Amino acid sequence: MPVQVSSAHLSPNALTPAQRDDLRIIAAMMIPASREYNVPGADDATVQADILATMGRDTDSIRAALDSIARLAGSPLAQLDAASRDAVASEFRATGGAPAATLIRVILQCYYRDDRVLRSLNLELRPPFPRGYELEQGDWSLLDPVKARPAMWRKAP
Amino acid sequence: MNDPVDVLIIGAGASGAAVAWSLADTKMHILCMDQGGWMNPAQYPSTGRDWEARFYGDYSPSPNIRARPEDYPINDDDSPIKVVNFNGVGGSTVMYTAHFPRLHPSDFKVKTLDGVADDWPIDYDTLVPFFAENDRIMGVSGLAGDPAFPPTAPPMPPLPLGKSGARFAKAMNKLGWHWWPSDTTVATMDYEGRARCINLGHCTPACAQGAKASTDITYWPLALRAGVELRTHCRIREITTNEHGMASGVVYYDQDGVEQFQAAEVVVIACNGIGTPRLLLNSASGRFPNGLANSSGLVGRNFMFHPYAQLYGYVDEVTDSNRAPPVCLWSKEFYETDRSRGFVRGYAFQFGRGTGPVFEAVTSEARGLLPWGEDHHAAFRRLNGHRLAISAICEDLPEEHNRVTLDPVLKDSHGIPAPKVDYTIGENSAKMMAHGIARAREVLDAAGATDICVNSPILYGGWHLLGTARMGTDPARSVVNEWGRAHDVKNLFIVDGSVFVTAGGVNPTSTIQAIALYIADQMKQRLANLFD
Repeated sequence: MPVQVSSAHLSPNALTPAQRDDLRIIAAMMIPASREYNVPGADDATVQADILATMGRDTDSIRAALDSIARLAGSPLAQLDAASRDAVASEFRATGGAPAATLIRVILQCYYRDDRVLRSLNLELRPPFPRGYELEQGDWSLLDPVKARPAMWRKAP
Repeated sequence: MNDPVDVLIIGAGASGAAVAWSLADTKMHILCMDQGGWMNPAQYPSTGRDWEARFYGDYSPSPNIRARPEDYPINDDDSPIKVVNFNGVGGSTVMYTAHFPRLHPSDFKVKTLDGVADDWPIDYDTLVPFFAENDRIMGVSGLAGDPAFPPTAPPMPPLPLGKSGARFAKAMNKLGWHWWPSDTTVATMDYEGRARCINLGHCTPACAQGAKASTDITYWPLALRAGVELRTHCRIREITTNEHGMASGVVYYDQDGVEQFQAAEVVVIACNGIGTPRLLLNSASGRFPNGLANSSGLVGRNFMFHPYAQLYGYVDEVTDSNRAPPVCLWSKEFYETDRSRGFVRGYAFQFGRGTGPVFEAVTSEARGLLPWGEDHHAAFRRLNGHRLAISAICEDLPEEHNRVTLDPVLKDSHGIPAPKVDYTIGENSAKMMAHGIARAREVLDAAGATDICVNSPILYGGWHLLGTARMGTDPARSVVNEWGRAHDVKNLFIVDGSVFVTAGGVNPTSTIQAIALYIADQMKQRLANLFD
């Protein structure tokens, strides 16, 4: 299920159908589904819904990035063969600037909070608060040689 | 019409809160005004599953990205390091790593010792009692006995080493270099009403547990109980002056955007190294045409960051990653001047435990470590939870051309001119950063890390905003005197990082607060003749 987020970020109808199609395809090119790791791709419907629902303040940059992809492709990505898509993606990553970085980041931040993905990574499906985590003390005897050093700070006049 | 107050403090962050608390025992009418409001820990990022994403949005350290109503824009286009801060009750102590070293004794005497910059008019020993008081109130965790520093007595034990700290410790021992558990304001035990750290990990953008000290939960409850008034959502436009050249109060916009005037007998500025010069420059008048308290021309000049050179790499074992406070150790091996290195002054190392999965994915994709396509999953699993990071926090030297001015175009939401930062990394700092990068690579190599990446300077690493209203005894070479009073305006005080003469090579919050307490103490001792 989609991650619970602040309602201030909701923007479900921010992209056109064509932009949504290109978003889905570029996301799948970034992160395809994997049977080996039992994870969906970033084109998965739940991940995509999370992206659309939470793009919020990033919406303008994402639109600009998808416009850039559309210009580079000259047609919907779905109509291109694999080699042509790869060429578009390479050019997009090389020249897309801040909008490209934003689009990539938003895809990644939604993908890497998906329940199925976190399970595959052996990460817990919860926010840090309120349970927190355990942190081992570690071996404090490692400090012994440092404790044995003479004072090394410089005295001031 | 607001009733006049005895003392008006502008800014409720690290220094403003400390001054408010200290002055409270005078029983004067003390009012603090802040442009932000009280924070609600229930809404902090670590309470939600989108905890990492919010670091790129409403909890970004950059005010230009965060753009909360409390924030004001900063034109930092002409700086290789972007300004980061937080606005609200608690100020940037709400959003900081809680790394809490003090400046060293040598940091106050750089001209005498190394022939550069200027000596401070005060020294480390003068500040010792105020450091200790501040450690007690903020609640410092640490370990006494560091051979790289004069004796201290942190009230709580240090943060655990954890897996990441132990790995770094072994590497540093292999190299024979100094390391020590950091002083931090993360409570390692229940302390003065604060619950102990439970390793939420995502400490920097505010602590939902309240284990990390921010002044909204340390100084402010004490100050309010002692009778200080705190008025929130008040944005100060300018400090006004009277016919005698004394500060008479401030013009501000209240929560409803209505212009108001607040009269005061004493004005204390606590807006830090960018907010303070911005306010002084915006307070220009016929008597003070170049900005208030600026007869020296130094308001806004000598701006210093701490340029950070960061390296990170990946080890075979799982690190603590995001499951612990991010900074665990420091090293002062290269802190004090050694001219054979080709530069003067020095830097501290900070050791980082790792990151969460989103941050790992975003940064590694950008670096080309995390590919698109079929290989993505295997690569991510090799990287995620295996990162170790080390940063050299380098001492900047004051240079007058590094400065804060008023942007001729950019304004905040109330139409008040915004600050503009012009900053370049100086030659000495650049050599220091190069040295830090080379040594940090040796540390990561000794720790067995691979795929080492360099992030220098850290772009959004402009946490420490210093030097723009420097302290000194010569009115021609400084803005405030040796006890924080403006040379030009005898009832105007500055208590924040802008009074720093030099930057040292460590996080400055501990020293900022000690100076604020020292200045408040000086004011109290001189109450009978404060304006002489």
